[in-house]
Amino acid sequence: MSKIWKYGDDINTDVIFPGKYTYSVRDPQEYPKYALEDLDPNFATQVQMGDVVVAGKNFGNGSSREQAVTCLKLAGVQAVVAVSFARIYYRNAINNGLLAITCPAAVAFAQAGDTCHIDLPNHTLYINETPFEFPPFSETAVQIMEAGGLVAFVKRKLAKEREAQTS
Amino acid sequence: MPTFAQKALARAAGLATVSVGQVVDARPDRVLSHDNTAPIAKTFSEFGLSRVPNPHRLLITLDHAAPPPTPAHAKNHQDVRRFVKQNGIQHFFEVGRGVCHQVFSEEALVLPGWTILGSDSHTPHFGWLGAFGAGIGRSEVATVWAVEELWLRVPESVQITLEGTLPAGVTSKDLCLFMIGKWGADGGLGRSVEFTGSGLASLSLESRMVIPNMMAEFGAKNAYLPPDSAVFEYLAQRLSRRTGQDLDSCRKIVSADALYPDADAHYAEKHHIDLSQLDIMVSCPHRTDNVQPMSAVRGTPIEVAFLGTCTNGRLEDLAAAAAVVKGRKAHPNIRFIIIPASSEVMLAATQLGYTQTLLEAGAMFESPGCGPCMGNHMGIPAPGEASITSANRNFKGRMGEPEAGIYLASPAVVAASAILGHIGAPQDLE
Repeated sequence: MSKIWKYGDDINTDVIFPGKYTYSVRDPQEYPKYALEDLDPNFATQVQMGDVVVAGKNFGNGSSREQAVTCLKLAGVQAVVAVSFARIYYRNAINNGLLAITCPAAVAFAQAGDTCHIDLPNHTLYINETPFEFPPFSETAVQIMEAGGLVAFVKRKLAKEREAQTS
Repeated sequence: MPTFAQKALARAAGLATVSVGQVVDARPDRVLSHDNTAPIAKTFSEFGLSRVPNPHRLLITLDHAAPPPTPAHAKNHQDVRRFVKQNGIQHFFEVGRGVCHQVFSEEALVLPGWTILGSDSHTPHFGWLGAFGAGIGRSEVATVWAVEELWLRVPESVQITLEGTLPAGVTSKDLCLFMIGKWGADGGLGRSVEFTGSGLASLSLESRMVIPNMMAEFGAKNAYLPPDSAVFEYLAQRLSRRTGQDLDSCRKIVSADALYPDADAHYAEKHHIDLSQLDIMVSCPHRTDNVQPMSAVRGTPIEVAFLGTCTNGRLEDLAAAAAVVKGRKAHPNIRFIIIPASSEVMLAATQLGYTQTLLEAGAMFESPGCGPCMGNHMGIPAPGEASITSANRNFKGRMGEPEAGIYLASPAVVAASAILGHIGAPQDLE
């Protein structure tokens, strides 16, 4: 069962993935080692596959660095549930298949260590047993996530264009 | 009745009109990247294209860790140069030229009304000249290189009307810190922050550049200042210098696509700010919106005073610092680090004598670039130390050391603090 990690408002990209690593750590498989290093030193060693990060408003503010999303994704985090997201972080999350769910009621209810289950088709998440509905993702976001992220989405699009040209 | 954001995104999407909330496929005029070009190029290679279709749209600098401090950084730069060469990218600027936003402004590579997307969160910077600038992720830059368009949601807009003139010693940095302190780090979350009002004309161009840059710390998608004749002349001179075209032709080119919001445009919020009522402000650790008046932080001990970055590393910033420190010496406990935002700034500061004045006061100069702003380069603080900087972010660990507090302020306050050995204003030196 997915476990919740709970944090506060305005969690910025520097505490999610410190800037000093952005050009020196070049292998994505290394990113999870530094996830939330300056926020929660226990996170990187204890996070489990499928866990969920719950936080307050303006999650992911600051730098555009995509590693702030991929470090969580590669650490096994399936979703961030927040009161609101900084806009570049939100886009980076969609583009890398990390669920960025805006749901203030769930944030207010959730405690660290609670369990979380996400029913994406019905855009409902369960904290322990309590259900919370969240707004559905935009059509564009769904298409990107279904393709497996933006890079896969663009690859598919370019392949279709090539096919159309040759036929 | 469209806002600036609506007009700019309609233009970028090739549509007559767009409405707030609409998702459009925007074709940016320019795509910005810097040291992160290397990992973006790696992603781009997955698309199976032999080359970037329109390399003239790409703007690239090496600024984030320049010159490279480690072999890993040097390799990263080498990868960028290889990509630049393979793709015939003409708008590439080497190590030492300066910070991307400053350099592309100086080179008139972004013009009023254009759209620029970049893998740098301070891309809203280009709002100073009336462009639509927004930050995007690395995967998105690779995407725009390949397919030349990207989905963007048309944002709500906020109108900020500036009236009056700033008191002596108060700067546009203080205006930004005031706004972020008053309305929060998410005060403009996802919105287009559009400035207007009679107060704008009183601000120098370099002071104006600070404003949309700092609106990144307000959560803004983009920010906008209406371009006036001073903006057009700045750009025309520089376009002429870069391309060799005559000045009159350049004057026509730089204003051709300028956009202004309609007088009856709809804004989600409207605020008025009387510049004459503003005071010196300081943003305190570890939140940009933890903004205090000077009286609340005066006397706080510091070890590092850093003047530079895309926010406040320009000629007028160095001039302000030189005026403060002239005939004085930096406090012996202080490392006073100055990094001009570009080589053009550094040369002009040298010709005008500011460099000498600052060096005589005990400052050290580093080559143009981002420096220690995001903890990548020269000037990292030690645990327990505090820095005062003219930069834009004071998040925990931002300058590389999580146990070091960062205070954000105007260039004159950074300079005065370097002399005092603690946080203070220029008038505290008298």
